[in-house]
Amino acid sequence: MNLLRKNDLKMLVFSLVLFGVLQVLISERILSSFWQLNLVIIGINIMLAASLNLINGYTGQFSLGHAGFMAVGAYVGVVLTTNFGVAFPVALVAGAIAAGFLGFLIGLPTLRLRGDYLAIATLGMGEIIRIVIMNIQYVGGAAGFKGIPHHTTFAWVFFLMLFTLFFIKNFVNSAHGRACLAIRENEIAAESMGVNTTRYKVMAFTIGAAFAGLAGGLFAHSFYLITPASFTFMQTFNYLIMVVMGGLGSITGSIAGAFVVTFISAALASWPEFRMIIYAVALILLMFYRPQGLFGYMELTNMGFLRKIFKKGDEGNA
Amino acid sequence: MELLQQVVQQLINGISLGSIYALIALGYTMIYGIIKLINFAHGDIYMVGAYIGFFAITQGGFSVVGALLISLVTTGLLGMLIERIAYKPLRRAPRISVLITAIGVSFFIEYTSMYFVSPTPRTFPQMFGDVAVSFAGIVINGQQMLILGITAVLMVLLTYIVQKTKTGKAMRAASFDTETAELMGINSDRIISITFGIGSALAAVAGVLVGIYYNSIDPLMGIMPGLKAFVAAVLGGIGILPGAVVGGLILGVVEALVSGFFSSTFRDAAAFAILILVLLVRPSGLFGKNTKEKV
Amino acid sequence: MFNSKKLRLGLALLGTALISSVLAGCGGQADSNTIKVGANFEMTGNVANYGSATLDGLKLAIDEVNDAGGIDGKKIEIVTADNKSEASEAVNAATKLISDDKVSVIVGPAVTANVIAESQVATDNKIPIIAPDATSPDVTVENGQVKPFVFRSCFIDPQQGTVMAKFAAENLKAKTAVIYVDNSTDYSKSLGKVFKEKFEAAGGKVLAEEAFLAKDQDFKATLTNLKAANADVIFVPAYYEEVGKIVKQARELGITAPILGTDGWDDPKVADIAGADALNNTYFSTHYSDKDESVKPFVEAFKAKYGHMPNVFAALGYDAGKILVDAIKRAGSADPEKIQKALEETKDLKVGTGTITMDKDHNPIKQAVILENKNGDRVMVAKIMPE
Repeated sequence: MNLLRKNDLKMLVFSLVLFGVLQVLISERILSSFWQLNLVIIGINIMLAASLNLINGYTGQFSLGHAGFMAVGAYVGVVLTTNFGVAFPVALVAGAIAAGFLGFLIGLPTLRLRGDYLAIATLGMGEIIRIVIMNIQYVGGAAGFKGIPHHTTFAWVFFLMLFTLFFIKNFVNSAHGRACLAIRENEIAAESMGVNTTRYKVMAFTIGAAFAGLAGGLFAHSFYLITPASFTFMQTFNYLIMVVMGGLGSITGSIAGAFVVTFISAALASWPEFRMIIYAVALILLMFYRPQGLFGYMELTNMGFLRKIFKKGDEGNA
Repeated sequence: MELLQQVVQQLINGISLGSIYALIALGYTMIYGIIKLINFAHGDIYMVGAYIGFFAITQGGFSVVGALLISLVTTGLLGMLIERIAYKPLRRAPRISVLITAIGVSFFIEYTSMYFVSPTPRTFPQMFGDVAVSFAGIVINGQQMLILGITAVLMVLLTYIVQKTKTGKAMRAASFDTETAELMGINSDRIISITFGIGSALAAVAGVLVGIYYNSIDPLMGIMPGLKAFVAAVLGGIGILPGAVVGGLILGVVEALVSGFFSSTFRDAAAFAILILVLLVRPSGLFGKNTKEKV
Repeated sequence: MFNSKKLRLGLALLGTALISSVLAGCGGQADSNTIKVGANFEMTGNVANYGSATLDGLKLAIDEVNDAGGIDGKKIEIVTADNKSEASEAVNAATKLISDDKVSVIVGPAVTANVIAESQVATDNKIPIIAPDATSPDVTVENGQVKPFVFRSCFIDPQQGTVMAKFAAENLKAKTAVIYVDNSTDYSKSLGKVFKEKFEAAGGKVLAEEAFLAKDQDFKATLTNLKAANADVIFVPAYYEEVGKIVKQARELGITAPILGTDGWDDPKVADIAGADALNNTYFSTHYSDKDESVKPFVEAFKAKYGHMPNVFAALGYDAGKILVDAIKRAGSADPEKIQKALEETKDLKVGTGTITMDKDHNPIKQAVILENKNGDRVMVAKIMPE
């Protein structure tokens, strides 16, 4: 227990230093505004990947509805800030709660399904959310919601991302998290050991959805306009790719996956004709050579060259 | 127009739309049945099939039947090639990695096609005259009947292949338990390859027929029908041939009725809602056997 | 289990790549012999065909200038950026063009929502943008205020909607109409709204309003409803790909009423998809008739370069290029704010599809024509000059 806290502290210090460096790069305008924007996008994508990882990687429930929850958080957030003048942090929290609540409502019946059946059901739910939003004239329908104030700054994204990561890490390492891992490994065995599988599946699903909603709120307030077209199932695939590329069941992996995917997309922006082709080839090759993802089940704190700093035996499974 | 008349017309519209979903879903469900892979690239193979048919007609000067055969054979081979290059090395990898590879293959096919044929849609030349049967204000188009007919014939043919032929028996064996099948002397790699070939050829037939029927093809045309076909396959119970056809028809009819009597903007939402409702009642689809999981 | 050596190497390579490409973005100063123009278009994703067609037209206009020696000896360089047909990516692409490529002006995107998203970045950085195809009034005007840096080179929706409503009521003597719009575009929805308003003001009655979504294949279910309404005309303000299929399927279902449309129809593909017979008795408003002598040079040049007829997107992209070149010439520099001033003063400029003058809301004042599809040919039935 003591060790764990010490490592957390070290991680926090490291994060603060990283934040300081990046903030200096931004305020001194060494990073162009394009890369500043992409830093924000990377942060948001890390939140989405990590929260999807909680559902898919740690609990083993194959969900493809993430973009829908993101949309709920985004739309609730922008309606509150733009039409009602609610403070930004309050709107973010409201968006997260709304997405989490919807996740709970959807999760309760659908999480009885397994594997690919659950995947297509959650994909359908995500699409239904998007189509319903598209038919609400109050939020602009398909044309999108205009005139969103620009509230999302790098600092907001960075610290909320940090909060998300620590929350998910601590959840996974808690008794609840162990129950989730047990469900992933073998649902029937977990059930016979007395784990209330429905409860923990729904819990993980709700938490994942809430963080997706939070990320959605940040996403919406970085752009002047959002449209339902930004939240299609193709977007969910993107987050799934980040999760699998980094490694299912590794938070370090989700960070790396979100970073690599966003970075490739930004760096290839100058070759639009080939961007998607190169991306596709990179994806296929990566799956050939590392089907378990960049990090597998490993965490950064547990790897050779960092083990000296973060003492061994910190995170049992990770 | 009378209400009854409208209902009948909508049912006809729905069945003709559904038979296209069914045709794509047949290939989807076959491939899923054997390697349990959601082949997200299936919709794109359907697109490639449409383009091959298009070039066979416009550049090669073939007739519809000739173009269908060329497209069927080349697309079938392409499907086998994709399986050999992209999926075979991952036979022992986690299923989700194969799924991500399938998404990668899908992007690759879409955007290399877009690079070579440009994103502008192409149009098939007029192939048949407009044959339409019309009575009591209800219209049935000749091509609609053709598509429905071909779907029915292919389903019967496939069921025959899977149930009666030696290859079909091997397919079923491999799908039931690949390792045991191999112990029994079945070359499962070869069987998987054949399945991909047949599944892709079916997609090609659908692609050419849709190209002729709707008369417009583009490099991203496969995304939505691919997803819908997957929904149809799951609705019927994935891996089950008649299930795919019934699932496709139900989906088509639901979409037509919702568009006709409610609002077409909720059409896709209704399709997914039906799927979810069916799954909640029957978690393995309409025709799926609800297997009890053993420890 | 884990090969950390390989990973370390990989991380090191990735890091190097990251730093070099991030820093590369900072150094990019504009070469004094070229003027950089950003092209932010839909090159992948759902509406890639609209974005790339517009880009083709723009490239033609810029090539013509460069081949003629450029502007005061300076060549124009187009820097493209893909926005994946998505609003947030449009912001991302515009930011890249402005901050890394240091462009003086941006052309695009094609779709209204993407332009609106981009306009904020442009305004913040004081870089003018020209939207070739975005027809919604909101693009250049927000809450009654003109956005100083946003211009367009096409009609606005109220103009076309009014023209077609009048045409239906007066020329076709229609008493009733049904409206069938693409619910996924602003363009279609706002044209539908204007048409309804003006048609009812002219004494007509709108019997039904139905909607579809872009990329739909099958329209028969809704068309069956429209057939039952049995109106005098059907108004379908939409883009060519769907329009072709709608007209084809409508005729297959036995709908014989005239079908009306807008400039989204202006593409040879409509005739290819629907077939000449089905297309008879349809009318649409657009920017020019390709039989017009003054438009010939553009059409010929386009055919020579790309081997096919231009569609409306290509024509509008070409116009945007012409407007841009003219503004840079008059500004006499690559300075964005001078170009912005010059764009505001665009007057009686001859572009590919006619002659335009920029009005105070940054909308071009230009002619409109109504074409009738007749046995595979297009016949001009009306020409509406700007008031």
